[in-house]
Amino acid sequence: MSHSHEQEIEDEFAGVGDTIASATRVTPGHALRPEDIALQDAPPAEDNAEYALWLGDDSLILAQRLSWWISRAPEMEEDVALGNIALDLLGHARSFLTYASKQWGKTEDELAYWREEEEFRNLRLTEQPNGGFGETIARQLYFAVYQELLYTRLVQSTDSTIAAISAKALKEVAYHVDHATQWCLRLGMGTDESARRLQHALNLMWPYVGELFQDEPLNERIAAAGIGPLPSSLREEWDQRVSAVIEESELQVPQAKAAMAHSRAGDHSEHLGYLLAEMQVLARKHPGASW
Amino acid sequence: MSSTAIDPRATADDEGRAAFDAIIAADGRIEPRDWMPDDYRKTLIRQVSQHAHSEIIGMQPEANWISRAPSLKRKAILMAKVQDEAGHGLYLYSAAETLGASRDSMVEALIEGKAKYSSIFNYPTKQWADVGAIGWLVDGAAIMNQVPLCRASYAPYGRAMVRVCKEESFHQRQGFEILLSLANGTPAQKAMAQEAVDRFYAPALMMFGPPDDASPNSTQSMEWHIKRFSNDDLRQRFVGMIAEQVKVLGLTLPDPELRFDEDSKKWIHKELDWVEFMDVIKGNGPCNAQRLERRREAHEDGAWVREAAAAYAAKQSKKMQEIA
Repeated sequence: MSHSHEQEIEDEFAGVGDTIASATRVTPGHALRPEDIALQDAPPAEDNAEYALWLGDDSLILAQRLSWWISRAPEMEEDVALGNIALDLLGHARSFLTYASKQWGKTEDELAYWREEEEFRNLRLTEQPNGGFGETIARQLYFAVYQELLYTRLVQSTDSTIAAISAKALKEVAYHVDHATQWCLRLGMGTDESARRLQHALNLMWPYVGELFQDEPLNERIAAAGIGPLPSSLREEWDQRVSAVIEESELQVPQAKAAMAHSRAGDHSEHLGYLLAEMQVLARKHPGASW
Repeated sequence: MSSTAIDPRATADDEGRAAFDAIIAADGRIEPRDWMPDDYRKTLIRQVSQHAHSEIIGMQPEANWISRAPSLKRKAILMAKVQDEAGHGLYLYSAAETLGASRDSMVEALIEGKAKYSSIFNYPTKQWADVGAIGWLVDGAAIMNQVPLCRASYAPYGRAMVRVCKEESFHQRQGFEILLSLANGTPAQKAMAQEAVDRFYAPALMMFGPPDDASPNSTQSMEWHIKRFSNDDLRQRFVGMIAEQVKVLGLTLPDPELRFDEDSKKWIHKELDWVEFMDVIKGNGPCNAQRLERRREAHEDGAWVREAAAAYAAKQSKKMQEIA
């Protein structure tokens, strides 16, 4: 190897392999990050913390479901799109859980990895299995519209941390609504088979919609304190918007009754245990370890 | 037309070839509409599509740990990383399309087992530290291969590689950081990190391809300025880099023979198992069948979705025409 050849290789790779720099530096700096929330000194009041836990659990469990699609989606573009949505939701979850965890002197990871099934507060819709692409899109339409309406209200929250997290999340959720809407149109008006499959999926997810708008005692206190809306107050607009998408997709708005559900009290479907077993297995094998 | 008339196509080819040779000689760039020799086109389609397939298949071993990532921060970083790989696959398929290969035909060749991809992805990720070892060693080796490709003579490939390389260096850092955390963690975590490095070291060194004296396609690729450095040059550079970095990790490389030889100014590393390498390339690695089956399954399960999207697009464009 001549000197000049060595030098040529040296020049080519100047700066390559600078592995010592922190990978986390890539995290966009403009947003309120979980790390920033962790550093704030005032922990939330008990009700605020419990409410943040609910919001965080919804996004965490749905993110865990959606992330399954990365490397399995119908098109590579969808690997990217569903991955993006999952990543957004995980970001919201991390912020809400970090905020909530301060009330109990814990961390986001202690909440995510060391709670038992009955301690999770996520809505039943978020833990529904992915099914095929149609079921995933139906679940996305229902949940993303709900979340957009909710975050739109939470931007006005008297709790400034919840308001700040929601303001950032709202921009992302608007994209999630658009993604789900576009797919409903494509599948609803695509082929007979796709219309049939999406209609089936919309019907299948519908019984879990009712719970999104169920007012729990905590919601009454949260609404009275101006922290967040009563879930029931979001229903009418949700119905209008979701019906409009389904009708434009030339499909029928499902008529099924709501399934009995008390997820906010820790009463979950049969599905959550498996999801948590998988999510928590490695962390629980190494108590006290940091990663 | 008399027998002495000049075939206009032959003249165009001669002119095209002269222009192509001049561009290559001046270390310039070939654009999609420029004339290029058939073999140059074929070589590039093969290389760029294999590269795209590697990104897409390469999602699987790491995606294997998304659901079980041991902290939410690690989960977020890993999801972003695997998603980047899908993006890289898309840029690269697009670059190959500019050479006249259709994405459908490339994807079909992959699913039918007719196309190759980097053999490293046929090894399993058995434990969490493997995600770190892949980032550090596999992405590290990929960067060594890819940085010179940013200057590849075929311009769309070079442009795709510029974007890919920026993200790859982030990937390598995240892998290194995973291993660093584990190496400074509990004894069980450190053992996990060492075990992963032990398993991925030799396959990562083999990512540069066979030794120079056994790499028949390399010379032509170098003459065409697609490839800039030989397999052994790149392997040397890589092994030198990781030999230093492993000290920062406080781990070891599974290579007692590894040393820098002052006389030859070369790194001496252990003999690599090229029989195993060829066997994995031929389809007999631990996970070849599994990786292809996953891709086939996603493709087949998604067929109705793609058909619906195409039908909807056709209906929409018909509607637009009727309005216009």
